[in-house]
Amino acid sequence: MAHDNKHAAAHAHPSGNTYLKVFVILTVITVIEVWAYYIPALVASPLFNPSLIIMSAAKFAIVVLFYMHLKFDHKLFRVLFSGPLIIAGATIVALLFLFGQFAL
Amino acid sequence: MSAHTAAAHAAGHEDGHVHHHYTTTGLDNRKIAIWAFIGSECMLFASLIATYLIYKGKSLVGPFPHTEYVDAAGKVFKPILDIPVTSASTFVLLASSFAMVLALQAVQLKGVPLPAGAGWWTRAQRSSQLWLGVTAFLGATFLGFQAYEFTAFVHEGLTIKTNLFGSTFFTLTGFHGAHVTVGVLWLMSLLWVDRTRGLAGPGDELLVDITALYWHFVDVVWIVIFTLVYLIQ
Repeated sequence: MAHDNKHAAAHAHPSGNTYLKVFVILTVITVIEVWAYYIPALVASPLFNPSLIIMSAAKFAIVVLFYMHLKFDHKLFRVLFSGPLIIAGATIVALLFLFGQFAL
Repeated sequence: MSAHTAAAHAAGHEDGHVHHHYTTTGLDNRKIAIWAFIGSECMLFASLIATYLIYKGKSLVGPFPHTEYVDAAGKVFKPILDIPVTSASTFVLLASSFAMVLALQAVQLKGVPLPAGAGWWTRAQRSSQLWLGVTAFLGATFLGFQAYEFTAFVHEGLTIKTNLFGSTFFTLTGFHGAHVTVGVLWLMSLLWVDRTRGLAGPGDELLVDITALYWHFVDVVWIVIFTLVYLIQ
Protein backbone atom coordinates (compact mmCIF):
# COMPACT_ATOMS: atom_id res chain seq x y z
CA MET A 1 0.00 0.00 0.00
CA ALA A 2 2.72 2.42 1.04
CA HIS A 3 4.71 1.37 -1.98
CA ASP A 4 1.70 2.04 -4.25
CA ASN A 5 1.26 5.46 -2.69
CA LYS A 6 4.90 6.23 -3.40
CA HIS A 7 4.40 5.30 -7.02
CA ALA A 8 1.25 7.41 -7.18
CA ALA A 9 3.21 10.39 -5.84
CA ALA A 10 6.01 9.77 -8.29
CA HIS A 11 3.69 9.71 -11.30
CA ALA A 12 1.25 12.48 -10.30
CA HIS A 13 3.90 15.23 -10.48
CA PRO A 14 6.22 15.86 -13.42
CA SER A 15 9.48 13.95 -13.56
CA GLY A 16 12.95 15.37 -12.91
CA ASN A 17 13.50 15.62 -16.66
CA THR A 18 10.35 17.73 -17.03
CA TYR A 19 11.59 20.01 -14.25
CA LEU A 20 14.88 20.30 -16.13
CA LYS A 21 13.06 21.24 -19.36
CA VAL A 22 11.06 23.87 -17.46
CA PHE A 23 14.31 25.30 -16.06
CA VAL A 24 15.82 25.47 -19.56
CA ILE A 25 12.70 27.26 -20.88
CA LEU A 26 12.84 29.77 -18.00
CA THR A 27 16.53 30.40 -18.68
CA VAL A 28 15.97 30.87 -22.43
CA ILE A 29 13.17 33.40 -21.82
CA THR A 30 15.41 35.29 -19.37
CA VAL A 31 18.25 35.35 -21.90
CA ILE A 32 15.87 36.74 -24.55
CA GLU A 33 14.69 39.45 -22.11
CA VAL A 34 18.23 40.54 -21.29
CA TRP A 35 19.33 40.35 -24.95
CA ALA A 36 16.41 42.61 -25.95
CA TYR A 37 17.47 45.13 -23.27
CA TYR A 38 20.78 45.68 -25.09
CA ILE A 39 19.26 46.28 -28.56
CA PRO A 40 18.49 50.03 -28.80
CA ALA A 41 16.11 49.57 -31.75
CA LEU A 42 14.06 47.09 -29.72
CA VAL A 43 14.08 49.30 -26.61
CA ALA A 44 12.80 52.21 -28.70
CA SER A 45 9.98 50.08 -30.11
CA PRO A 46 6.48 50.53 -28.60
CA LEU A 47 6.31 46.75 -28.39
CA PHE A 48 9.33 46.50 -26.08
CA ASN A 49 7.56 46.93 -22.74
CA PRO A 50 4.52 44.77 -23.63
CA SER A 51 6.87 42.04 -24.89
CA LEU A 52 8.84 42.06 -21.63
CA ILE A 53 5.63 41.93 -19.59
CA ILE A 54 4.34 38.99 -21.64
CA MET A 55 7.62 37.10 -21.23
CA SER A 56 7.63 37.83 -17.50
CA ALA A 57 4.02 36.66 -17.20
CA ALA A 58 4.90 33.47 -19.08
CA LYS A 59 7.77 32.75 -16.67
CA PHE A 60 5.50 33.50 -13.72
CA ALA A 61 2.83 31.11 -15.02
CA ILE A 62 5.34 28.35 -15.80
CA VAL A 63 6.80 28.43 -12.28
CA VAL A 64 3.36 28.51 -10.65
CA LEU A 65 1.91 25.73 -12.80
CA PHE A 66 4.87 23.33 -12.87
CA TYR A 67 7.15 24.09 -9.91
CA MET A 68 4.33 25.01 -7.51
CA HIS A 69 2.23 22.17 -9.00
CA LEU A 70 -0.87 24.31 -9.32
CA LYS A 71 -1.58 22.59 -12.65
CA PHE A 72 -1.85 19.25 -10.83
CA ASP A 73 -3.15 20.23 -7.39
CA HIS A 74 -6.64 20.70 -5.99
CA LYS A 75 -8.73 23.52 -7.49
CA LEU A 76 -9.15 25.18 -4.07
CA PHE A 77 -5.44 26.02 -4.12
CA ARG A 78 -5.90 27.61 -7.55
CA VAL A 79 -8.71 29.75 -6.14
CA LEU A 80 -6.68 30.67 -3.05
CA PHE A 81 -3.84 31.88 -5.28
CA SER A 82 -5.55 33.31 -8.34
CA GLY A 83 -8.18 35.26 -6.33
CA PRO A 84 -5.66 37.41 -4.43
CA LEU A 85 -3.47 37.58 -7.55
CA ILE A 86 -6.34 39.13 -9.54
CA ILE A 87 -7.03 41.57 -6.69
CA ALA A 88 -3.30 42.42 -6.56
CA GLY A 89 -3.13 43.03 -10.32
CA ALA A 90 -6.30 45.12 -10.24
CA THR A 91 -4.89 47.13 -7.32
CA ILE A 92 -1.73 47.95 -9.27
CA VAL A 93 -3.70 49.04 -12.34
CA ALA A 94 -6.15 51.09 -10.24
CA LEU A 95 -3.34 52.85 -8.37
CA LEU A 96 -1.52 53.63 -11.63
CA PHE A 97 -4.70 55.22 -13.00
CA LEU A 98 -5.32 57.05 -9.72
CA PHE A 99 -1.83 58.56 -9.67
CA GLY A 100 -1.86 59.50 -13.34
CA GLN A 101 0.58 56.94 -14.75
CA PHE A 102 -2.18 55.75 -17.08
CA ALA A 103 -4.87 57.94 -18.59
CA LEU A 104 -8.16 57.10 -20.29
CA MET B 1 -8.76 3.15 5.76
CA SER B 2 -11.76 4.97 7.31
CA ALA B 3 -14.56 6.38 5.19
CA HIS B 4 -13.48 9.91 6.12
CA THR B 5 -9.90 9.28 5.14
CA ALA B 6 -10.94 7.66 1.89
CA ALA B 7 -13.18 10.63 1.10
CA ALA B 8 -10.33 12.96 1.93
CA HIS B 9 -8.15 11.12 -0.50
CA ALA B 10 -10.77 11.22 -3.22
CA ALA B 11 -11.65 14.87 -2.74
CA GLY B 12 -8.41 16.47 -1.78
CA HIS B 13 -5.41 14.54 -2.94
CA GLU B 14 -5.35 14.48 -6.66
CA ASP B 15 -1.56 14.42 -6.40
CA GLY B 16 -1.68 11.06 -4.63
CA HIS B 17 -0.07 12.29 -1.39
CA VAL B 18 -1.06 10.90 1.99
CA HIS B 19 -1.34 13.77 4.48
CA HIS B 20 -2.80 14.36 7.93
CA HIS B 21 -4.59 17.37 9.52
CA TYR B 22 -7.54 17.06 7.15
CA THR B 23 -10.17 19.78 7.14
CA THR B 24 -13.79 19.51 6.04
CA THR B 25 -12.51 20.25 2.54
CA GLY B 26 -10.53 17.03 2.64
CA LEU B 27 -7.34 19.06 2.31
CA ASP B 28 -4.53 19.44 4.82
CA ASN B 29 -4.99 22.66 6.79
CA ARG B 30 -1.28 23.50 6.62
CA LYS B 31 -1.28 23.44 2.84
CA ILE B 32 -4.41 25.59 2.72
CA ALA B 33 -2.69 27.98 5.14
CA ILE B 34 0.46 28.35 3.02
CA TRP B 35 -1.59 29.05 -0.12
CA ALA B 36 -3.68 31.64 1.78
CA PHE B 37 -0.44 33.16 3.09
CA ILE B 38 1.00 33.29 -0.44
CA GLY B 39 -2.20 34.96 -1.63
CA SER B 40 -1.81 37.65 1.04
CA GLU B 41 1.84 38.07 0.08
CA CYS B 42 0.75 38.73 -3.52
CA MET B 43 -1.14 41.75 -2.27
CA LEU B 44 1.78 42.94 -0.12
CA PHE B 45 4.16 42.87 -3.07
CA ALA B 46 1.50 44.38 -5.35
CA SER B 47 1.39 47.43 -3.07
CA LEU B 48 5.19 47.72 -3.11
CA ILE B 49 5.37 47.28 -6.90
CA ALA B 50 2.57 49.81 -7.44
CA THR B 51 4.42 52.32 -5.24
CA TYR B 52 7.60 51.80 -7.27
CA LEU B 53 5.74 52.25 -10.57
CA ILE B 54 3.83 55.33 -9.39
CA TYR B 55 7.08 57.12 -8.47
CA LYS B 56 9.04 55.77 -11.45
CA GLY B 57 10.69 58.65 -13.34
CA LYS B 58 9.66 61.25 -10.75
CA SER B 59 12.97 61.62 -8.92
CA LEU B 60 14.24 65.21 -8.95
CA VAL B 61 17.89 64.30 -8.38
CA GLY B 62 20.01 61.33 -9.46
CA PRO B 63 21.40 58.76 -9.62
CA PHE B 64 18.75 57.39 -11.98
CA PRO B 65 18.18 53.73 -12.88
CA HIS B 66 18.63 53.86 -16.67
CA THR B 67 19.86 57.35 -17.57
CA GLU B 68 22.88 59.49 -16.78
CA TYR B 69 22.61 62.39 -14.32
CA VAL B 70 24.84 65.46 -13.88
CA ASP B 71 24.41 67.35 -10.60
CA ALA B 72 24.83 71.11 -10.02
CA ALA B 73 28.54 70.67 -9.26
CA GLY B 74 29.08 68.92 -12.59
CA LYS B 75 29.48 65.45 -11.08
CA VAL B 76 28.36 62.75 -13.51
CA PHE B 77 26.32 59.80 -12.25
CA LYS B 78 26.10 56.88 -14.65
CA PRO B 79 22.90 54.78 -14.92
CA ILE B 80 22.98 52.90 -11.65
CA LEU B 81 21.40 49.54 -12.45
CA ASP B 82 23.91 46.80 -13.23
CA ILE B 83 21.98 44.51 -15.57
CA PRO B 84 24.70 41.83 -16.05
CA VAL B 85 25.05 41.33 -12.28
CA THR B 86 21.28 41.25 -11.75
CA SER B 87 20.83 38.86 -14.68
CA ALA B 88 23.31 36.51 -13.01
CA SER B 89 21.46 36.73 -9.70
CA THR B 90 18.16 36.09 -11.52
CA PHE B 91 19.64 32.96 -13.07
CA VAL B 92 20.82 31.85 -9.62
CA LEU B 93 17.31 32.23 -8.17
CA LEU B 94 15.74 30.35 -11.11
CA ALA B 95 18.29 27.57 -10.58
CA SER B 96 17.40 27.47 -6.88
CA SER B 97 13.75 26.84 -7.78
CA PHE B 98 14.85 23.94 -9.98
CA ALA B 99 16.90 22.53 -7.07
CA MET B 100 13.89 22.96 -4.76
CA VAL B 101 11.54 20.86 -6.91
CA LEU B 102 14.20 18.17 -7.05
CA ALA B 103 14.46 18.25 -3.23
CA LEU B 104 10.69 17.73 -2.95
CA GLN B 105 10.78 14.95 -5.52
CA ALA B 106 13.65 13.26 -3.65
CA VAL B 107 11.62 13.21 -0.42
CA GLN B 108 8.55 11.92 -2.26
CA LEU B 109 10.56 9.09 -3.81
CA LYS B 110 12.16 7.94 -0.52
CA GLY B 111 11.62 4.20 -0.32
CA VAL B 112 10.92 3.74 -4.04
CA PRO B 113 13.59 1.43 -5.44
CA LEU B 114 15.88 2.85 -8.12
CA PRO B 115 15.23 1.40 -11.58
CA ALA B 116 17.79 -1.12 -12.78
CA GLY B 117 20.75 0.51 -14.51
CA ALA B 118 19.90 3.98 -13.20
CA GLY B 119 22.40 6.60 -14.32
CA TRP B 120 24.08 9.29 -12.20
CA TRP B 121 21.31 11.82 -12.89
CA THR B 122 18.58 9.44 -11.70
CA ARG B 123 20.64 8.59 -8.60
CA ALA B 124 21.42 12.25 -7.90
CA GLN B 125 17.71 13.09 -8.01
CA ARG B 126 17.14 10.83 -4.99
CA SER B 127 19.28 12.88 -2.56
CA SER B 128 17.06 15.31 -0.66
CA GLN B 129 20.04 16.59 1.36
CA LEU B 130 21.92 17.43 -1.82
CA TRP B 131 19.08 19.46 -3.33
CA LEU B 132 18.05 21.16 -0.09
CA GLY B 133 21.70 22.14 0.36
CA VAL B 134 21.99 23.38 -3.24
CA THR B 135 18.78 25.41 -2.87
CA ALA B 136 19.97 27.05 0.36
CA PHE B 137 23.39 27.74 -1.16
CA LEU B 138 21.88 29.34 -4.28
CA GLY B 139 19.53 31.40 -2.11
CA ALA B 140 22.49 32.62 -0.05
CA THR B 141 24.34 33.40 -3.29
CA PHE B 142 21.39 35.52 -4.44
CA LEU B 143 21.57 37.40 -1.13
CA GLY B 144 25.30 37.91 -1.72
CA PHE B 145 24.50 39.48 -5.11
CA GLN B 146 21.94 41.73 -3.46
CA ALA B 147 24.37 42.79 -0.72
CA TYR B 148 26.94 43.61 -3.41
CA GLU B 149 24.37 45.60 -5.38
CA PHE B 150 23.16 47.58 -2.37
CA THR B 151 26.73 48.34 -1.29
CA ALA B 152 27.70 49.46 -4.81
CA PHE B 153 24.65 51.73 -4.99
CA VAL B 154 25.46 53.39 -1.68
CA HIS B 155 29.07 53.96 -2.83
CA GLU B 156 27.75 55.50 -6.04
CA GLY B 157 25.56 57.91 -4.09
CA LEU B 158 22.16 56.19 -4.00
CA THR B 159 20.64 55.51 -0.59
CA ILE B 160 17.05 55.04 0.55
CA LYS B 161 16.96 58.81 1.28
CA THR B 162 18.52 60.12 -1.96
CA ASN B 163 15.43 60.30 -4.17
CA LEU B 164 12.10 58.63 -4.92
CA PHE B 165 13.82 55.93 -6.96
CA GLY B 166 16.11 55.05 -4.03
CA SER B 167 13.22 54.99 -1.54
CA THR B 168 10.98 52.75 -3.61
CA PHE B 169 13.78 50.57 -5.00
CA PHE B 170 15.37 49.75 -1.62
CA THR B 171 11.96 49.17 -0.02
CA LEU B 172 10.77 46.79 -2.76
CA THR B 173 13.98 44.82 -3.24
CA GLY B 174 14.74 44.96 0.50
CA PHE B 175 11.39 43.33 1.31
CA HIS B 176 12.09 40.68 -1.28
CA GLY B 177 15.58 40.11 0.13
CA ALA B 178 14.09 39.72 3.61
CA HIS B 179 11.79 37.01 2.23
CA VAL B 180 14.75 35.25 0.62
CA THR B 181 16.60 35.41 3.94
CA VAL B 182 13.67 33.76 5.74
CA GLY B 183 13.58 31.13 3.00
CA VAL B 184 17.29 30.34 3.34
CA LEU B 185 16.94 29.97 7.13
CA TRP B 186 13.89 27.75 6.61
CA LEU B 187 15.79 25.59 4.10
CA MET B 188 18.78 25.29 6.43
CA SER B 189 16.55 24.16 9.29
CA LEU B 190 14.95 21.59 6.97
CA LEU B 191 18.40 20.41 5.88
CA TRP B 192 19.38 20.06 9.54
CA VAL B 193 16.29 17.91 10.20
CA ASP B 194 17.10 15.81 7.13
CA ARG B 195 20.66 15.24 8.33
CA THR B 196 19.68 14.41 11.92
CA ARG B 197 16.63 12.16 11.53
CA GLY B 198 15.97 12.06 7.80
CA LEU B 199 12.98 13.39 5.90
CA ALA B 200 10.62 10.63 4.85
CA GLY B 201 6.93 9.84 4.92
CA PRO B 202 3.81 11.86 4.16
CA GLY B 203 4.26 14.32 7.05
CA ASP B 204 7.75 15.25 5.95
CA GLU B 205 6.69 15.44 2.31
CA LEU B 206 4.20 18.09 3.33
CA LEU B 207 6.87 20.03 5.27
CA VAL B 208 9.09 20.12 2.19
CA ASP B 209 6.11 20.88 -0.07
CA ILE B 210 5.18 23.92 2.04
CA THR B 211 8.79 25.13 2.08
CA ALA B 212 8.96 24.66 -1.69
CA LEU B 213 5.76 26.67 -2.24
CA TYR B 214 7.19 29.56 -0.22
CA TRP B 215 10.51 29.37 -2.07
CA HIS B 216 8.91 29.31 -5.54
CA PHE B 217 6.73 32.26 -4.56
CA VAL B 218 9.87 34.23 -3.68
CA ASP B 219 11.18 33.27 -7.12
CA VAL B 220 8.06 34.42 -9.02
CA VAL B 221 8.09 37.74 -7.16
CA TRP B 222 11.66 38.25 -8.38
CA ILE B 223 10.62 37.36 -11.94
CA VAL B 224 8.19 40.30 -11.80
CA ILE B 225 10.66 42.66 -10.08
CA PHE B 226 13.43 41.85 -12.57
CA THR B 227 11.23 42.85 -15.50
CA LEU B 228 9.46 45.87 -14.01
CA VAL B 229 12.39 47.40 -12.14
CA TYR B 230 15.48 46.38 -14.08
CA LEU B 231 14.50 45.83 -17.71
CA ILE B 232 11.62 48.19 -18.45
CA GLN B 233 13.04 51.69 -18.91
